[in-house]
Amino acid sequence: MRRRPLTLLSDGTLSRRENTLYFENAQGKRPLAVEGIYDIYIYGHVNITSQSLHFLAQKGIAVHFFNHYGYYDGSFYPRESLNSGDLLIKQAKHYLDREKRLKLAKLFVVGGVKNMEKNLKKWGMKVSFNEFLNELEAVEKISEVMNVEARVRQEYYASWDETLPEDFKIVKRTRRPPQNEINALISFLNSRIYATIVSELYNTQLSPTISYLHEPGERRFSLALDLSEIFKPIIADRITNRLVKQGIIKKEHFRNDLNGVLLNDKGKKIVLKAFNEEMQKSVRHPRLKKNVTKQRLIRLEAYKLIKHLVGTQEYNPLVAWF
Amino acid sequence: METYPENVLLIRGTEINYLFICPTKLWYFSKGITMEQESEYVDLGKFLHERSYFGEEKEVQIGSIKIDFIKRGNTIEVHEVKKGKSMEKAHEMQALYYLYYLKVLGIRAKAILNYPKLRETKEIILDGHEEEVEEAINEAERIKSLSAPPSPVKSRKCKKCAYYDLCWV
Repeated sequence: MRRRPLTLLSDGTLSRRENTLYFENAQGKRPLAVEGIYDIYIYGHVNITSQSLHFLAQKGIAVHFFNHYGYYDGSFYPRESLNSGDLLIKQAKHYLDREKRLKLAKLFVVGGVKNMEKNLKKWGMKVSFNEFLNELEAVEKISEVMNVEARVRQEYYASWDETLPEDFKIVKRTRRPPQNEINALISFLNSRIYATIVSELYNTQLSPTISYLHEPGERRFSLALDLSEIFKPIIADRITNRLVKQGIIKKEHFRNDLNGVLLNDKGKKIVLKAFNEEMQKSVRHPRLKKNVTKQRLIRLEAYKLIKHLVGTQEYNPLVAWF
Repeated sequence: METYPENVLLIRGTEINYLFICPTKLWYFSKGITMEQESEYVDLGKFLHERSYFGEEKEVQIGSIKIDFIKRGNTIEVHEVKKGKSMEKAHEMQALYYLYYLKVLGIRAKAILNYPKLRETKEIILDGHEEEVEEAINEAERIKSLSAPPSPVKSRKCKKCAYYDLCWV
């Protein structure tokens, strides 16, 4: 059975009786098939009993919490069951060695940049980021890598904006709080992707705290931030683009708050449904010669990183072929 | 503990098994980069083991080896439970390694491979295979000591292997 993520949007209580997990809300109490749960995303106001947390820890299920605004708050990250001292040392070695770290940092950005370029082409814009990529090759500091990335992103948003409907322009990317609808959408989805990557890393031997582009400890799971460079454009931006251009998400799905523009409950529901469907969509993998879900692509990216670290195969970031 | 040969024999039974399935798998496994948690086949194997052979002494850890179950009669029998016969050579070498390990401890035993799904068993004795086991131990140690995993070789086995995505992505 393929385990799937469980999203809890409504308010309620998560509890355990014997070996069954229950979620009780206004609609009633229903049992959850724990063997079928990969991880849990909590958006509502949910009471969780310690018994249910014990049970989830035992099953190795991570729980991610999002606040009222849909921002990532943190995770219940059960004790690691997959450990490899050997890999951890290699992960750290690649951080400590300036050259090795720079190489990986650049590769994450290269992946992100190429995916942004791919998106713009898909949306009918003729844009090339080759100059940026050349510049990236030459830089020698992480801060410069970040700088190139930031400038690409600016151009990317400017070009994307030209294709967006009048009342859904990015204009300027604003965060925490987002100042308009599309910024709210992007932020909401990026949070969700970040948490998904944390889950995928939990299911590998990689330590989520040792990262290359982002500084370890900048946030707790900074390796998830590194990987999100690659996945934000091809998952979050594509969903955002589709929801807006197809008119699935409308102005009425947002609300103005002291904290900027935010998705309302209906809006969150629509976006999360789109996200879950997107992650279960399959694409043919050219190397593996089989269909893999978009969610699985994240895991495969982690495997590629493992191979780079142990010295089997140089990391080559995912560039969307789909 | 001086009574165990684990200072000399550091190899686990599964590692000898993997040596005869795929050296790449052995390398990753020995470094803790395990994929078994991903595999339905491994789950099935575990289930089979848990639900069979009640009343036996199960999962007996001796130094670096862990025997599925042991029967004590006139001679000691170490039992290893397997799903199917497609990796028979690997199963046999794993059993031989257990016997070799026990012999170093001064214990004479025989091994039985159990295939509950096929309702078959196969008896394994060490006599005459000592050198073969020693060669396998040396080879496993050599592979484990490599700084990077050996390049995988694609074969029919890969399709059902839990390491498939890792190897071929």
